[in-house]
Amino acid sequence: MSGLKRVDGTGDSEGPLPNPGLSEHLPRPTDVDPALERRAERQVAGMFGLATLLILGFCVAYFAIPGDTLGKYTVLGFDAMNFTLGMTLGVALLLIGFGAIQWAKKLMDDHEIVELRHSSASSPEDRKVALEELSAGATESGIGRRPLIRNSLIGALGVLGFPAVVLLADLGPLPGNAPSTTVWKKGMRVVNDVSGTPIKPSEIELGQLINAEPIVLVPTGDPKTDQQLGVLEGTEQLTAKAKAAVILVRMRPDEIHAPAGRENWDVDGILCYSKICTHVGCPISLYEQQTHHVLCPCHQSTFDLANGGEVLFGPAARPLPQLQLGVDGDGYLIAVDDFQVTVGPSYPQMD
Amino acid sequence: MRFLSTRRRHPLAGIIVVLFALTAMGGLYSLLGPRPASADAGQSDLVKQGQQLFLVGCATCHGLAAQGVLSNGSQSNYGPSLVGVGAAAVDFQVGTGRMPAAQVDTQIPRKRPTYTDAEIQALAAYVASLGPGPAIPDAKYTDISGLSAADVSRGGAFFRTNCTACHNSVGAGGALPDGRYAPAIRGDEGRYIYEAMLTGPQQMPVFSDDVITPQDKQAIIAYINSVQSQPSYGGSALGGIGPVSEGLAAWVFGIGALVLVTVWIAAHGARAERKE
Amino acid sequence: MSHASSVPPPVTRTAPLKKTPGAGPVKWLDDRVGLAGLAKKNLRKVFPDHWSFMLGEIALYSFIVLLITGVFLSLWFKPSMAEVTYNGPYSLLDGVSMSEAFSSTLHISFEVRGGLLMRQIHHWAANLFMAAMTVHMLRIFFTGAFRKPREINWLVGVGLFSVGLIEGFAGYSLPDDLLSGTGLRFVDGLVRSIPVVGSYIEFFIFGGEFPGDVLVPRLYIVHVLLIPGVLIGLITLHMLLLVYQKHTQWPGPGRTNRNVVGYPVLPVYAAKAGGFFFVVFGVTAIMGALFQINAVWNYGPYDPAQVTAGSQPDFYMGWAEGAVRIMPNWESHFFGLTWSWNVFVPSVVVLSSLFVALAVYPFIEGWVTKDHREHHLLQRPRDAPVRTGIGVAGMTFYGLLWAAGGNDIIATKFHLDIYAITWFTRFAVFVGPVLAFLVAKRICISLQRQDNERVLHGYETGIITRSVDGAYAERHTPIPVEEAFVLTDRDRVAVAAAEADTDESGVAAPNRRMSRLHARASAFYNADVTNPPDAGEIEEAQHHGGRRELDAAPEGFRGVSETGIPKDH
Repeated sequence: MSGLKRVDGTGDSEGPLPNPGLSEHLPRPTDVDPALERRAERQVAGMFGLATLLILGFCVAYFAIPGDTLGKYTVLGFDAMNFTLGMTLGVALLLIGFGAIQWAKKLMDDHEIVELRHSSASSPEDRKVALEELSAGATESGIGRRPLIRNSLIGALGVLGFPAVVLLADLGPLPGNAPSTTVWKKGMRVVNDVSGTPIKPSEIELGQLINAEPIVLVPTGDPKTDQQLGVLEGTEQLTAKAKAAVILVRMRPDEIHAPAGRENWDVDGILCYSKICTHVGCPISLYEQQTHHVLCPCHQSTFDLANGGEVLFGPAARPLPQLQLGVDGDGYLIAVDDFQVTVGPSYPQMD
Repeated sequence: MRFLSTRRRHPLAGIIVVLFALTAMGGLYSLLGPRPASADAGQSDLVKQGQQLFLVGCATCHGLAAQGVLSNGSQSNYGPSLVGVGAAAVDFQVGTGRMPAAQVDTQIPRKRPTYTDAEIQALAAYVASLGPGPAIPDAKYTDISGLSAADVSRGGAFFRTNCTACHNSVGAGGALPDGRYAPAIRGDEGRYIYEAMLTGPQQMPVFSDDVITPQDKQAIIAYINSVQSQPSYGGSALGGIGPVSEGLAAWVFGIGALVLVTVWIAAHGARAERKE
Repeated sequence: MSHASSVPPPVTRTAPLKKTPGAGPVKWLDDRVGLAGLAKKNLRKVFPDHWSFMLGEIALYSFIVLLITGVFLSLWFKPSMAEVTYNGPYSLLDGVSMSEAFSSTLHISFEVRGGLLMRQIHHWAANLFMAAMTVHMLRIFFTGAFRKPREINWLVGVGLFSVGLIEGFAGYSLPDDLLSGTGLRFVDGLVRSIPVVGSYIEFFIFGGEFPGDVLVPRLYIVHVLLIPGVLIGLITLHMLLLVYQKHTQWPGPGRTNRNVVGYPVLPVYAAKAGGFFFVVFGVTAIMGALFQINAVWNYGPYDPAQVTAGSQPDFYMGWAEGAVRIMPNWESHFFGLTWSWNVFVPSVVVLSSLFVALAVYPFIEGWVTKDHREHHLLQRPRDAPVRTGIGVAGMTFYGLLWAAGGNDIIATKFHLDIYAITWFTRFAVFVGPVLAFLVAKRICISLQRQDNERVLHGYETGIITRSVDGAYAERHTPIPVEEAFVLTDRDRVAVAAAEADTDESGVAAPNRRMSRLHARASAFYNADVTNPPDAGEIEEAQHHGGRRELDAAPEGFRGVSETGIPKDH
């Protein structure tokens, strides 16, 4: 057997039975019964008429429902404006659609038409002429005979790609080691996020979680103090926050298995870890106080905070970076240094 | 240990274990038994009443003196010690029906409370008498009626920073490892929300009053209340769990309905028996 | 056809047009642009009628709804990441710092009358657009409508699907709420994971470090100009090719590979398809009225230190999200570089390989079947068991990843362990598709056998007859000719044999490796297919008629062999 029989062009199947031809056309009830025909006509017109009323209702509702009293007027617990506009518009559109379809189905002529297909390909004559013209054009241009012109043109057009790339260079700066540094530095206070209050170790209980920030990322509300502290604002603040956000947790010192070299990174069992997942950077603070595991809500990477932030589960490859804590002269928690490893997702030039 | 384990089926083993346990219990009770430190007469009555309730309903798991019971052959808690957990923890656990637990499980679910308010008060007083711990919050911090829009929106900022990661942005709850979950916080009394933050029940971490102040907590409660009681502006919230249920709705209601319409459009419909 | 007489007479410039209504304007227009020639051919163009041919229309109409509502939204939306303090009517965010993009989204939702409705219709229509493209594509795949001459249109469709995915994601990211910001954070990690140049591309896209302040304006122009332009171009090409090649049709009485049977564009299809546009618009509007979608005010503005449980992309990215979730945490360090396979493989590699697989499939199948004919008659899924099996395997793979993308929601809603779901899907994505392939293929083959059975022996009447010698048999009655024709109107297939390794003179054949590979592929594709009975078999079966049943009954077996030849008893 040599596979399929090739019958180029037709594609007619080799079915064993002759084509019985189109089935006999049977009339619809609306074709033979004038009463039914009139009823269908009324149905279609009724739908279009109702749609008109609803669209007018839409306009009335737009002006009748006060638009500036958020939450005051509701239907079924939904905003009255949204509900009324949506339902009048939606049902009106449906009625127009259903009316048109009903019209086609019940009243328009429903004899099936047979149309012959043509092959997608052009006729061989057309194809021949087209090819001849193509080669005539090529010959007249002399592109085949003058390789110097051809090659230099290809060269010039190819080089045109460079400006397209070069012009995009100002899209952004080069990364350098920016992704590996944060605003944390020696002596910077750790403050509670949102409220910005500095934290004393004694205020933290066993099993506690604090979503914290470096002091320069939480505005105090007082412009003068903010300026003194060097508080960042706007984009700078968000960009810094995307790397510097941390969580503080407290556990019994005997529960902590600090990796070598990090034995004294805690303060009385208070540990500080980056809040930014090392997978793709989601803020991670689903902390279980009994297991000391923290889970990322985006892709379920799980880290063991009692064990140096080691990865227990999920797609994250690197442990959660730890920040060494200390206490300043006033008894508040501070960072001893910036993170020693890259915070957030890995990047090629990280090491 | 091999000596013990190889003889554990000895006929006398059971008696020895029971005797040992009884001795240990008695000894522990004499050491740790309730000694209400500073209680006026009425308070000590309440503590006594609470102790009675405790012995009947709680002591099986938490020990006769609430000192906790370790499970067989492991260091994990069967019922943890309640010394120093404070009245707030009792009010939360018993008031939300989590305690008494039906069984030791990955997570103790919320259910209808078993005790009346008065009994819960007595139990709380008893446990509070065992050691210093967080008290039931002052009603002025769980009453949210007087808060301004600015307070509520500040509560929202705290909520999004500290709570939504586990409990979702409208408090619909979320998943935790090993079959555990952060429960939905819908329709919970402000007092219980406050107590949960204060005591850190089960896997939930503690948010102490020193860091998240009572005013902050009050604002958080107000925000939760407002975000859940506001109208669902755009229509059914579909569970408030975001794109998963929205995608499901798009397929079921959107594609589902439209495919039905296509079937209707293409259907050939009734044919008359009479000829034209 | 008696009906052909109702085609309006050809419009010519010389003929007086007074009698036909509308002749005046037509003449005016045609005198200038000469469109009548084109209109003559297309106004009464025939489209076949079948519900599954309208799935693509859902996508087309959702796209129109997207254009209409999108223009409305763009009148108020401010694509800017500049920080503002909110003091609008939504008091729960009173005094909160946010980007102008988010604040203007709140403005559209709560202050522009009908704005929330338009936002919701826009988002529902986007979901429907992607969902409809998916089901449309499945219909094309399972019926073999991508075969010659429609391979190019299939590629255009794959392009639409992939570009639509990016368009949807860009739109999801624009409001700059907590959910969309979390999505962008993921994109940031994804771009970073690209080997060697990841962080450079990241800095170019975000204009520096994440989140920066240029991304929303950049995504906006991509979302409202660049990709819609590409989509419109591709859709136009898709439609032009459809009109030129004419729609495929199902086999049936009177339907051949060289004709198309159905209703004319004017008036029936204009009314049906036009009406269907209003139905699609109406359904999205009603969904916008009844179902809240993407309530950004609940998520709050984006803050890189905040996240919500159940952070998910829209459904069409869900399967890629699932791949990212179940990927093991592989990362390697060599050549002084970090290689984040844990992010790069599931997002970039898996995502793009789906589109590559979709794009090359028609050509692979074409190579295996060596079928170079034009096909305008569709195949029932059962008549291409291996293709159907591959499609079902693909759907299983996609579906499992989809479920993995919602593992946290599944865990909470069905009280399951999220780790267990992850571990299950880690293995199931490899085992599931294989099982699905085998099961689907087997079901197809048994359905084919059942079809042959009906053709040869008719349907079971439920009437039991007893012969003179006491044997019982159920009487079968031949199926109608039309049905028998439909069931047998398909190609016979056979396994291609490899060419001889050497020719007669013992010289090694030039392409023998390829030829052997092709023979194996052909066997994989065709070996188990049941061919329709041939004319002789049908005639014989009919000739033996009722007697066969009684003859066969005592033996207790009557069937069709794998080759489709009835067992003769």
